[in-house]
Amino acid sequence: MLEEKHNIKAWFYLAPALVLLIIFTFYPIFNAFFLVILKDFNYLQGTYQGFTLTENFVHVIRNQNFAQAMINTMLITFVSVPVSVVIALLVSVWLNAIVKLRGTFQTIFFLPYVTNAIAIGMAFAFLFNRDYGLINTAMGWIGLNPVNWVGLGATWRHAMFSLLVYVVWGGMAFKIMVFLSGLQSIDKQYYDAARVDSTKRSRIFRKITVPLLSPMIFYITITSFIGAFKAYTEVIGMFGQRLGPAGNDRALITVVALVYDALDRSGVPGALSEAAAASIILFSITLVFTLINMQVSKKRVHY
Amino acid sequence: MSKDIVMYGDEKANRRKVIIRLGIVYALLVAFAVFIIVPFYWMVLTAFKTEIQVFTAPPILWINPINWQFSNFALALERAPFARFMGNTVLVSIISTVGTVITTVFASFAFARLNFVGRDLLFMLLIATMMIPGEMFVITNFLTVVRAGWIQDQTYMDAVLAMTLPFMTSIFYIFFLRQTFKQIPNELYYAAKVDGTKDLQYLWKVMVPIAIPTIITITILNAMGTWNAYIWPRLIAQREEFRLVSNGLRDAFVDDLAGVVQYNEQMAAALLVTLPLLIVFLLLKKYIMRGVSRSGIKG
Repeated sequence: MLEEKHNIKAWFYLAPALVLLIIFTFYPIFNAFFLVILKDFNYLQGTYQGFTLTENFVHVIRNQNFAQAMINTMLITFVSVPVSVVIALLVSVWLNAIVKLRGTFQTIFFLPYVTNAIAIGMAFAFLFNRDYGLINTAMGWIGLNPVNWVGLGATWRHAMFSLLVYVVWGGMAFKIMVFLSGLQSIDKQYYDAARVDSTKRSRIFRKITVPLLSPMIFYITITSFIGAFKAYTEVIGMFGQRLGPAGNDRALITVVALVYDALDRSGVPGALSEAAAASIILFSITLVFTLINMQVSKKRVHY
Repeated sequence: MSKDIVMYGDEKANRRKVIIRLGIVYALLVAFAVFIIVPFYWMVLTAFKTEIQVFTAPPILWINPINWQFSNFALALERAPFARFMGNTVLVSIISTVGTVITTVFASFAFARLNFVGRDLLFMLLIATMMIPGEMFVITNFLTVVRAGWIQDQTYMDAVLAMTLPFMTSIFYIFFLRQTFKQIPNELYYAAKVDGTKDLQYLWKVMVPIAIPTIITITILNAMGTWNAYIWPRLIAQREEFRLVSNGLRDAFVDDLAGVVQYNEQMAAALLVTLPLLIVFLLLKKYIMRGVSRSGIKG
């Protein structure tokens, strides 16, 4: 019955989604690899000056902001993801340990997930304001001197720190949610056995919770790396199109910003190919993470 | 209290330890909740400050509600047509969500119920595509909408088409809905076949009603995605009145060369943009949280 083939009917049901996917997803993937081999492509006139394998990549890499974009993106990824994974893990364990008010806390912790990244980024920028912000005021309470985090002439280091706080804040809701549902699926027997042996709490956490949750921790970490590598709207939210504090423009540029910078110059011959090259670089990096993920998940199935 | 933690050992000392531990856990959770809420509080507080209060150092941390400066919202609305931006966003979000749900329901049905040549291969291909960053599509999609004539001398219709059409389907949602459809027992399908029910009727009368919670989740997540969309609408909207909330908000409040903004108006506008999302979230919490925690386990 179900084995019966429904070829024509099936394609009829698939058609609406497939047509859209072909135009707006599959074709663009191939076209990115085509654009990247064109020399001085001008989309307004449809002209180009022959083919090249490397030139567009060289343009991206020689871009004065490329090194900064790579450093910033790497930093955002490898600082914000581990920090938010560890905090989210702790918070979800705490949440799992209580009954009363759990729902309320869960709702509050989920709020960053349902906010507008631009709106809340602006709120963070004002939180970090040197003279009128809450952060410096709170620092004053414990005797620390005010810092120019995001204002005119703020240093890269201070602006980056502020951005990281925002990125970590925004990235935890999802992780807490997933870890909590993972914790709730762990068999209670393990904990009961540990209690009979009166095992210490910290030991239970290290020897039972973390190992049993490890496939999930790993999966979340990798997908968050991929997500963090695409950081861009957070920077826009806090710093606007300037991508940095006033007087220190583009200090917080990211790899994705390289794609859109090139796209903003789309009328200039070669700019679209440069955008394509930058997007392929981004793709290659995320591909590495994906491959690691696949390798490890394959092994995971066997234990 | 004793319900919270399974007791082991029955001495009083142990019980006290358990209570202290629970107290610490609650204290930590409250501290974390404060960390999460502070940016929202700051946004609301600033939105109700007068200009003098905004530029007072050290900042005022509490304002009595009777002194709230509601005129900030009027000023924000004067600065840029936020009502228009919200109208645009609602329209774009309805069109793209309806489109997404329709294409997703049909495609998921085919993948979950119908047997056809190349099904598994096609499904693998779709899953593989999910790993490719959207930045790679944006470049060519921009070219496509330029060629379609939706950028030059842009009409409202052009802008809406360009903002919705590329987002009328989603591989992730197809994947998500297929999972739900697959859980519906085959027996129901055979019984319907015996009764001579057509596939389309079966899909509409049986599968869709059963999958309604998942479809609601998809609807909300998709609509929220539009509300947050910044990059694509910025590329597309050629006139101020065609903007959506995110890029409308960003461009209405660009700080000057000294890095200063009219913060109270800016936060009033930010609050206007944030509030609808928060209201939707609080009303439909169950569907959103369910969808999100499930999407994390898909690996």
